[in-house]
Amino acid sequence: MVLQAMKNSQSVRYRKERLDRGIKARSDTIYSLTSYREALYLVAPRAITVLGIIVLPLVLDEYWTRVLVLTCTIGVLALSWDFIASAGMFSLGQALFFGMGAYTAGVLNHYLGLPPIITIPIATVVGGFLSTVLLLPVLRLRGVYFAMVTFALPLLLRALIEATGAFQGLEGLSALTPLPNLWVSVYLIIGALLACFFGFRRIMETDYGLILKAMLDNDQAVMAGGINIYWYKTQALFIGSMATAFAGAFMTHYYRFVGISSFALDYSVLPVASAVVGGPGGFAGALMGSFILVPLCEVLRSIGSWRIVFYSFLMVIFVVTVPEGIFHYLARKYHQYERWVETE
Amino acid sequence: MMQPEYILEVNNLSKKFGGIVAVRDVSFRLKPGEFVGVIGPNGSGKSTLANLITGFVTPTSGTIRFQGKDITGKKPYVIANRGIARTFQMAKAFDHLPAFKNVIIPLCSNRVKKFKGGQYGERDDIAIDLLEEVGFERDSSVPYKTAASLPHGYLKRLELARCLALRADLVILDELFSGMSMSEVAATLPIVEKLKTAKKTILMVEHRLKELFRVVDRVMVFNFGVMIAEGVPDDVMSSEAVKSAYLGSEE
Repeated sequence: MVLQAMKNSQSVRYRKERLDRGIKARSDTIYSLTSYREALYLVAPRAITVLGIIVLPLVLDEYWTRVLVLTCTIGVLALSWDFIASAGMFSLGQALFFGMGAYTAGVLNHYLGLPPIITIPIATVVGGFLSTVLLLPVLRLRGVYFAMVTFALPLLLRALIEATGAFQGLEGLSALTPLPNLWVSVYLIIGALLACFFGFRRIMETDYGLILKAMLDNDQAVMAGGINIYWYKTQALFIGSMATAFAGAFMTHYYRFVGISSFALDYSVLPVASAVVGGPGGFAGALMGSFILVPLCEVLRSIGSWRIVFYSFLMVIFVVTVPEGIFHYLARKYHQYERWVETE
Repeated sequence: MMQPEYILEVNNLSKKFGGIVAVRDVSFRLKPGEFVGVIGPNGSGKSTLANLITGFVTPTSGTIRFQGKDITGKKPYVIANRGIARTFQMAKAFDHLPAFKNVIIPLCSNRVKKFKGGQYGERDDIAIDLLEEVGFERDSSVPYKTAASLPHGYLKRLELARCLALRADLVILDELFSGMSMSEVAATLPIVEKLKTAKKTILMVEHRLKELFRVVDRVMVFNFGVMIAEGVPDDVMSSEAVKSAYLGSEE
């Protein structure tokens, strides 16, 4: 308060100085640690997050465990979105990948009677493959053009299923084989979420990830370096869409149903919203965003029809007040000292 | 295989942008190890020529042959892998990456993988070596700073390092010296001369004639997309066509 008062007095001006904690050595990935305290400082936030997610199902009741399943599903979608975006592709069509995985699993189970343990892995790969092939012709498009195509494709497939009545049309495929129980479901999706999170982070740390990051900055210069950017984009798209296709296949067996709702707008919009609220890039933001937005949606259920109004309003507040993303804001606060210093 | 006599053969190359002819019916050849300058007033098609050879612009007509093989209309990354490296007129750095990580991108190309194992980790060392070669202070923090925070002269030399990383046979330098201060030019010129001693074939598009003439074997002069003169610097600059192109004719 004193500093605030001094700041307001006209005689001396103060500004906020930010100093990085000096444990980073040269690059982002190398730290120089000299004590357990510093090690704890680095490990604690990561460990608490991971352990927290793993312990959550043990303490939640059934209703909130189901919310957690949905949260993790959207989390996987958001991570997948962030990964694809890291390669310079702004997707508005996570629903495409999701629906592809969902329908592949549903069809395999309904028509061929395969159990989830087989349908989910197949749907993950096949769903990712089909989505990538569908998007191959538009890989050359950038920015908003790529976004528009990915946005339109799930709507198109949805209308196509509705019009042709394929896979039982509007009714969808129901009474599919369920997953054994809620425990299996929740830990399966938590496992997938953590695998995506650490897997994607690992990929971005390698030279392969470096090329993806460089494409986001300037793809002409990447081409001048003798790198086939379309091949790299195809691979990144395949990896990213596989994660989402897995989530789709999982949801098919979790709900025991697959229908055109798998191509719903929610699955496209929520992951993007999560990544933007949490902060795109680096995956932790996307993870945090989904753990804020999805439970928030459930909490607001008690206020009835005002829900969407508040929900949208809060989302606007998040984006306007913390444009860099909540995670990046918190990370900055955690890693920097702040103090007031005099300026002349 | 017999080494072809010319490393680069450009035949009747033309490029139209809508109604504007940027490059008109240009033909020339480069021998291996030759150092050729490309000069001309603004808008004379020099940079378009560089973009045509490296595949960033597809020619309207004409052919380009490199080491005896046709590369007309090939994708930029295919051409880079064949052995043509380039720098950009406007430095195109990967802003969010540290300087040395910038150099790792070309080190990941198929061409460089053929030369050496290029394992993860080893590439970091090669990148730092390359940066030292273009004048980044090795033991300072400069190679580890993000490209966005580097001054312009460093960015241009970073371009050069990325170009060297490809170990190309033909190097195309598109206005390397533009926007550099005198001292930066003085620091960069020896690097270019070193390329020359290493027997690389170099095509250098440049506005700074004084520095260019110090290093080139011959120059080609462009005006309105047409090659108006070619030869050793002194002869070319004394020709009437070149004088009028640069200074405007009497009429």
